[in-house]
Amino acid sequence: MTTNLHLDALENQSVFILREAQHGFKKLAMPWSMGKDSNVLLWLALKAFFGKIPFPLLHIDTTYEFPEMLEFRDWAVRHYDLNLIVKINEEAHGQGIGYDTHDPVTVTHELKTVALKQAIAEHGWNALITGIRRDEDATRAKERYFSPRNSDSQWDYKNQPPQFWGQFVTGNIPGEHVRVQPLLDWTELDIWRYIQRENIPIPKLYFAREGKRYRSLGCHPITHPVASRASTIEEIIAELEETRTSERAGRAQDHHEPHAMQKLRARGFM
Amino acid sequence: MREETSRLKIVFAGHVDHGKSTLIGRLLAETNSLTEGKVEEIRKVCLAERRSFEYAFLLDALSEEQEQNITIDTTQIQFRSGHRGYVIIDAPGHHEFVKNMITGAANADAAVVVIAADEGVREQSRRHGQLVGLLGIRQVIVAVNKMDLAGYEEGRFRQIERDYTAYLHDLGLTARAFIPLSGSTGENVASSGSAMPWFEGPDLLKALDELNAADSAAELPLRFPIQDVYRAENRRILAGRIESGTLRIGDQLVFAPHNKTARVATIERWGAAAPESAGAGESIGVTLSDHIFIERGHVASHEADSPIESNRVHAKVFWFGREPLQMGARYRLKLVTQDVECQVAGIANVLDAATLEAASAGRSELRTNEVAEVTLQTRAPLVFDNHDRIPSLGRFVLANGRDLVGGGIISGAVYTSRKEIKSQNIFWNESDITAQRRAARNEHRGAVVWLTGLSGAGKSTIASALERELFQRAMHTYVLDGDNLRHGLNSNLGFAPEDRAENIRRVSEVAKLMADAGTVVITSFISPYRIDRTKARQIALQAGAEFVEIFVDAPLAVCEERDPKGLYQKARAGQLKGFTGIDAPYEPPEDPEIVVHTHEQTAEDSVGHILEQLLPRLQLR
Repeated sequence: MTTNLHLDALENQSVFILREAQHGFKKLAMPWSMGKDSNVLLWLALKAFFGKIPFPLLHIDTTYEFPEMLEFRDWAVRHYDLNLIVKINEEAHGQGIGYDTHDPVTVTHELKTVALKQAIAEHGWNALITGIRRDEDATRAKERYFSPRNSDSQWDYKNQPPQFWGQFVTGNIPGEHVRVQPLLDWTELDIWRYIQRENIPIPKLYFAREGKRYRSLGCHPITHPVASRASTIEEIIAELEETRTSERAGRAQDHHEPHAMQKLRARGFM
Repeated sequence: MREETSRLKIVFAGHVDHGKSTLIGRLLAETNSLTEGKVEEIRKVCLAERRSFEYAFLLDALSEEQEQNITIDTTQIQFRSGHRGYVIIDAPGHHEFVKNMITGAANADAAVVVIAADEGVREQSRRHGQLVGLLGIRQVIVAVNKMDLAGYEEGRFRQIERDYTAYLHDLGLTARAFIPLSGSTGENVASSGSAMPWFEGPDLLKALDELNAADSAAELPLRFPIQDVYRAENRRILAGRIESGTLRIGDQLVFAPHNKTARVATIERWGAAAPESAGAGESIGVTLSDHIFIERGHVASHEADSPIESNRVHAKVFWFGREPLQMGARYRLKLVTQDVECQVAGIANVLDAATLEAASAGRSELRTNEVAEVTLQTRAPLVFDNHDRIPSLGRFVLANGRDLVGGGIISGAVYTSRKEIKSQNIFWNESDITAQRRAARNEHRGAVVWLTGLSGAGKSTIASALERELFQRAMHTYVLDGDNLRHGLNSNLGFAPEDRAENIRRVSEVAKLMADAGTVVITSFISPYRIDRTKARQIALQAGAEFVEIFVDAPLAVCEERDPKGLYQKARAGQLKGFTGIDAPYEPPEDPEIVVHTHEQTAEDSVGHILEQLLPRLQLR
């Protein structure tokens, strides 16, 4: 194993945050999309809690999932002995909200954010552990490790709580929940170097087939692969060290209108 | 691997509208750190919203920020120079700056203070400088920005350099560099331009690359605060992050408070080989070879070099709560994984950031963005270090409910060496009848009330009057008097310094037992040495007893004139050696819970004053 002090520091910080979350909240859950960041988060939780994760994982199934992702999900649940909850926004589904008829911001909001709100209400969670990173988006760059959301999952980005010296906002306030974000300090390259170092299983969609690969994964109608020949982790890292295009360039909902991510995120999107 | 070390964290601070975000945006653009199309995307948004392009929009991503041209909240962004990786923290300069600056900046390795050349040093330039100094950030670069608006004039730059150098000097800081530059033209940001040939120093990027990497805490004494205890397959795993030092399998650990000891049996790791040792910064889990009760908030160290344990803390506190910090108010004090209730017992030297002069003595509150020396009394023993020794154990936050409202840096506390445990086979027997149950029956808590002061200051008089008052209130109380104890328990001790120390140690232990039994013990001893009184406090706190130090103060001349036992006369005549105040020192308490001045108030007044403050502490929780 290669020594990498920077990755060690990131891992230690994330484990510290996960343990603070476990101590600080009565009921928590970890949304898990089976994507690369989500799998790093899962790996870190296994480390933090010595192989037995003390809270459930949540998969928001938009019904537009890649089949490879569902296959990976079912494998991982068995492999890691996970407690997984799957949630679909059945109402929106019943109303026929989908990519054929609606714009990507609306569909993302309904099938992801609203589904998430429904799950929070059903299970009474005080905290959700998410895998977002600051380098993905300029509004995420302003996030906190522990970020409160009101009863409507809204993010009050103009009045965020201070946090420093390893002290965060905890507490269980009825109706509210806190987003716990242990991967904020990680970059896309950090994620890949860590996957390489730790040998973390990830879905095969990330690797190039016929000259294309997925760099970021979401619903299949609005997620586009990038041209790439990188078919191994080493090749992906080499490719990312040279590229200057943004990671979420292939995610349509981010670019639908100016400040789209701010609007989505203020309303509860991760 | 190309990248092995940690990234250097740099906070950009300074007055509102002095161009911090623009400067950072320019730095990112010049170092090719932006993703393709990022600048074009922002140009497009600006065009659509009929605004001119600003580099600041790379960071000020919120629509409100772009509309008002102001950074609302702190942003963190990473970039690489040819030399190493950086995390840049953009701290907003507006009025709520402390709250937002502290987030992220509190762990920064260095600061860049941005001062606009056209406006010069302003209030927030000073306040940010003060906060940087307070947080212990020693590496400071001053960027004199907007030089294009000052005609690239050397005179203007030199004047700001002089002004701010003097200000930093008063804070005990020296800038690594002053750099004249312009975020909007790019002059001296990532390369030296041609507009200021008179400047021979480094450009900003070069100055950043010359900064030192963060100090390692690995060489400091071990501090391992327990975060949680997990059960896994019949083992109890103590989880936590090592804040400083190194921990090895087989090490004997002391857990403060309560000072239970045990050996490290294993260091746990999921999915990898178990290591032999772990060092500062590592989030680990350990199992112990002995079964002792440990919970979150306990701090493990090595016996030879353990932290301070006290219920009284002095700190420089910075306050960002919307409501002022009030004298006597209660807050939660959070230090590593400890979380205890505390009460404000003193506010002194409120610092004016503009002049750095201590302002308005006798203030009973601290307002938003102010800094002062504050004394805090905690309900339960607190484990800590002085900040200049072990930074992460020497700083805390204050919370009101769940909101963080302030932070503090601890200094000046006294270390006492921990007494060696003489026999391995002695255990502390815990009775079923707990101190809480005794207190409930007595309707008051046990406590050690420690009087200290010169001979003749009035300790005995006050002790007996106080005992009478408490007794009349149907409370359990007893005076431990120096002379009385020397007749029996301490009859083998003289007045040499080591005998005096042993005398006080025995008194402390007896007082602790009596307080544990539910009594309000009043001790009346000169107890001239600060370290002995600190130990007495620790002994009481270890048993969970309340400890109240009362300074019975009167000038030496007054005591000598009173001379109730004729001892000063003997000492002056040379018949009595080592007499406190004459030929042996008296170290007055730096921070007693209560002070009475017996030359200015009557004994009755003194006792009244003591009762007012003491009785609330004796109430049941």
